[in-house]
Amino acid sequence: MNEQVEDEITLRWADEPKAAYDVVIIGGGGHGLATAYYLATRHGITNVAVVERNWIGSGNSGRNTTIIRSNYGIPASVRFYQRSVELYAGLEAETGRSVMHQRKGLLWIHHSETGIRAERARAHLNQAMGVETEFVGPEEIKAIVPEIDLSGGGRFPVMGASHHLPAATARHDRVVWAFAEGAAAQGVDILQHTTVTGIRTAGGGSGAGRVTGVETDRGFIAAGTVLSATAGHTTTITDMVGLRIPIRTHQLQALVTNQYRGQGGRAFHPIVASAELAFYVSQTARGQMLMGAEWERQPSYSYRSGSEFLRSCTAKAITLLPFLRDLRVLRQWTGVCDISPDSSPIMGLTPVDGFLVTTGWGTWGFKGIPAGGEALAELIATGRTPALIAPFGLDRFARDRILADAGSAGTQ
Amino acid sequence: MKLHCPHCGPRSVEEFRHGEIPRVPDHLTDPAQRDLDRVWNRTNPQGPTTEAWFHEQGCHRWFHHERDTS
Ligand SMILES: Cc1cc2nc3c(=O)[nH]c(=O)nc-3n(C[C@H](O)[C@H](O)[C@H](O)COP(=O)(O)OP(=O)(O)OC[C@H]3O[C@@H](n4cnc5c(N)ncnc54)[C@H](O)[C@@H]3O)c2cc1C
Ligand SMILES: [Zn+2]
Repeated sequence: MNEQVEDEITLRWADEPKAAYDVVIIGGGGHGLATAYYLATRHGITNVAVVERNWIGSGNSGRNTTIIRSNYGIPASVRFYQRSVELYAGLEAETGRSVMHQRKGLLWIHHSETGIRAERARAHLNQAMGVETEFVGPEEIKAIVPEIDLSGGGRFPVMGASHHLPAATARHDRVVWAFAEGAAAQGVDILQHTTVTGIRTAGGGSGAGRVTGVETDRGFIAAGTVLSATAGHTTTITDMVGLRIPIRTHQLQALVTNQYRGQGGRAFHPIVASAELAFYVSQTARGQMLMGAEWERQPSYSYRSGSEFLRSCTAKAITLLPFLRDLRVLRQWTGVCDISPDSSPIMGLTPVDGFLVTTGWGTWGFKGIPAGGEALAELIATGRTPALIAPFGLDRFARDRILADAGSAGTQ
Repeated sequence: MKLHCPHCGPRSVEEFRHGEIPRVPDHLTDPAQRDLDRVWNRTNPQGPTTEAWFHEQGCHRWFHHERDTS
């Protein structure tokens, strides 16, 4: 952590919405706020409102397990997330706020020959693109995580892993607040407790029309550009302009235990994930063990948590890391995620003029917040889609250019 | 979470695969557009809905199931 950073955040809140803005961003999560931040700081576009129906960070950006990494399996994703990892590493210096960014390294463990093959291929691609991901065997894994049971409870023997060195974590709500404060300081209006209930368009004719503003429970707000950054609620927004998109909403749960200290008070340093077990764990700055598993199979918008997850997640955890048996679960919670069919995000223009989306962040989009925001800000400011996100457009489905990479997306 | 298979009775949701019932809007008239919509787009309803489930680790049959997603 940077010692220069101050802890007290002072955010300038907007009292009332103005009648009109250049840009209205729907959703005060990381993606919406980062876009506002980069619009203001990189492009001088400050006549911007972020409209959030609850409070900033109340969605997935304040509910995730905060893993930041770039060990993806297709070049477009590796490149994109590399940029995000880089921006995250510089975020404290840039904003002057502590986001508790910590480089930890991630072990992605496999228990099968097929898994090992996929992992080696990913490590090679990463290295070719300058990303530090190395393949490691069981002994090296044990040296990095002495707590691990290499027999995997006798059922999931640890056969190898990729070690992705730049993997990091950052405190999620601090990331949200750092972007919010930075944006507000430049004049961006952050409107909490304001719900978008409709989107107005004009024209149409043969096309899909052009956006003119948003209807909210505090009245109409005119805008030339509207960006939806609403995660699991994205289709409720795209429905407002009659736009159909490839997003389905699924729950993802997480849990946190009480404190753990290893031998001699040692912290549990790396992030550990198992692909076949669909489970991952890391330690928070407070020493609590933070873990998650798969997203729920049935589409759902509900924030309810379930005992089933508690049972299955802890059972998986204990298989690999038996010490977890002695800890207590303090809390569990749920987010609702925007799952795309190819497990890659969807960013950019839509057939409706002036209406943009950033979605498909699913269970993996915390790490993409800075690079997503930076690229969308550039697109909004210049009207041109930056090369970094060109492959991630909504039009890729019609063009048969899907970016299938579910194995790399995982749920973290 | 249990899902009720009409052929096998209540089983763990882990045994099933979720399927989309295509709801291609009528205003799409171009056949290619309709195909694209059917393959990729999702209605993603928030509220009561009917969906298709495939009992993958059971009777290997599709069935319709009513559920509230909100
Ligand atoms: C349990 C869990 C663990 C995760 N772990 C990781 C991880 O380790 N690493 C990783 O990279 N990603 C992870 N993710 C995914 C990550 O959290 C999300 O992809 C990311 O936070 C999405 O950010 P966002 O800004 O797009 O959405 P959100 O933060 O969800 O923000 C969307 C906002 O839109 C608002 N909104 C919705 N509808 C309206 C409306 N009509 N009007 C106004 N506002 C509206 C909502 O209130 C919400 O605040 C995890 C997710 C969950 C749930
Ligand atoms: Zn059956």
